[in-house]
Amino acid sequence: MPQFDPAIFSPLLVWLVLTFVALYLLMSKLALPKVAAIIDQRAERIEGNLAKAEQLRAEAAGVLAAYEKAIADAKAGAQAELAKAGADIAAETAKREAEFGKRLAEQTRTAETRIKAAKTEALAQVKAIATDLAGGIAGKLTGAGVDANAAGAAVDAVVKERA
Amino acid sequence: MADAHSPLAQFEIKTLMPLDLGGVDASFTNASLIMAVVVGLVTLFIVAGMNKATIVPGRFQGMVEFFYEFIANLLKENTGPKGKQFFPLVFSLFMFILGCNLIGLFGAITVTSHIVVTFALAFMVITVVTVVGFMKHGTHYFSYFAPAGAPMWLMPLMIPLEIISYLIRPISLSVRLFANMVAGHVMLGVLGTFVVGLGGLFFALGAIPLAAIPLIFALEVLVALLQAYVFAILTCIYLNDAIHLAH
Repeated sequence: MPQFDPAIFSPLLVWLVLTFVALYLLMSKLALPKVAAIIDQRAERIEGNLAKAEQLRAEAAGVLAAYEKAIADAKAGAQAELAKAGADIAAETAKREAEFGKRLAEQTRTAETRIKAAKTEALAQVKAIATDLAGGIAGKLTGAGVDANAAGAAVDAVVKERA
Repeated sequence: MADAHSPLAQFEIKTLMPLDLGGVDASFTNASLIMAVVVGLVTLFIVAGMNKATIVPGRFQGMVEFFYEFIANLLKENTGPKGKQFFPLVFSLFMFILGCNLIGLFGAITVTSHIVVTFALAFMVITVVTVVGFMKHGTHYFSYFAPAGAPMWLMPLMIPLEIISYLIRPISLSVRLFANMVAGHVMLGVLGTFVVGLGGLFFALGAIPLAAIPLIFALEVLVALLQAYVFAILTCIYLNDAIHLAH
């Protein structure tokens, strides 16, 4: 085999060293840094985008939380407003009812007083008319004058009896 | 000198330009030319692929990045983050061997079918590994030969075995590559002479070895890739042993 001819060892080795060292230097100083740069750049870009996405997500979550809080606040405010309005209305109603009750009682009282007075007056008038009628009827029947006081007493007696 | 039609003739080194460096024969040969061409092609491949590199790679750039990531992952998986500084070495080794293996299939001399070349590469790997081992661990690196956990009475057997297996590494590493390359090329050469020989005897008979050549050629492409990969991964594994002092 030609591979075992010692004469070729030296030129092969010399040129292997020369070419391999050249390749190593070209790779480590020139070629590989180019590839590494673009791969790093890509990794950075992806990482940056991921970080940005994460940041945006956090922001969106913050906005959502703020929105939910605003909704909750508005709900609570509305509830408070409703409760207050209800309380106001109830207080107003109670006040008016009380006022109305008072007025009603007063009016009832005055009316009752008036009715009582009218009744008394009417009764008095009824008594006078009855006395007059009784006196007149008696006078017509007997032809003699009847004492007004006696007629009044008789009427009173009848009224008492009927009452 | 082998006969010109021998399947071994393809391995012959032909001096293109005699050169003498202080008594050392440094003649520029066909092998020198091919090694220089491989270095040029590998460099051109990466530099041209990375020309106008973009964040989203095109096909050519993607191919360059594939090789880069392939070796980077191989190194990372086998040696961890500490092995990163050896990336240019492993990458250069892989591309150089792959380039020499492949270019040899297309008519050029296969430099990796020369035991001196493969042995020199393997010897360099083992030298780097040993230097790294002693630099990282000092004399403690010798404990590599006495595996932790092995019973004491086994040591007289274990230590010589470990030393032999360590010393045999450059031989196994270089012979594996050399033998694979030689075998494949001899086979292709033999089939080639069969085509001519049998075809000369009876024309149609030459078709049989001729049909086998593309199949063997495809197999040899696979072997070329595989042997470059094997050389690179073994380099990574040996480096890992030296860095982490682990079996």
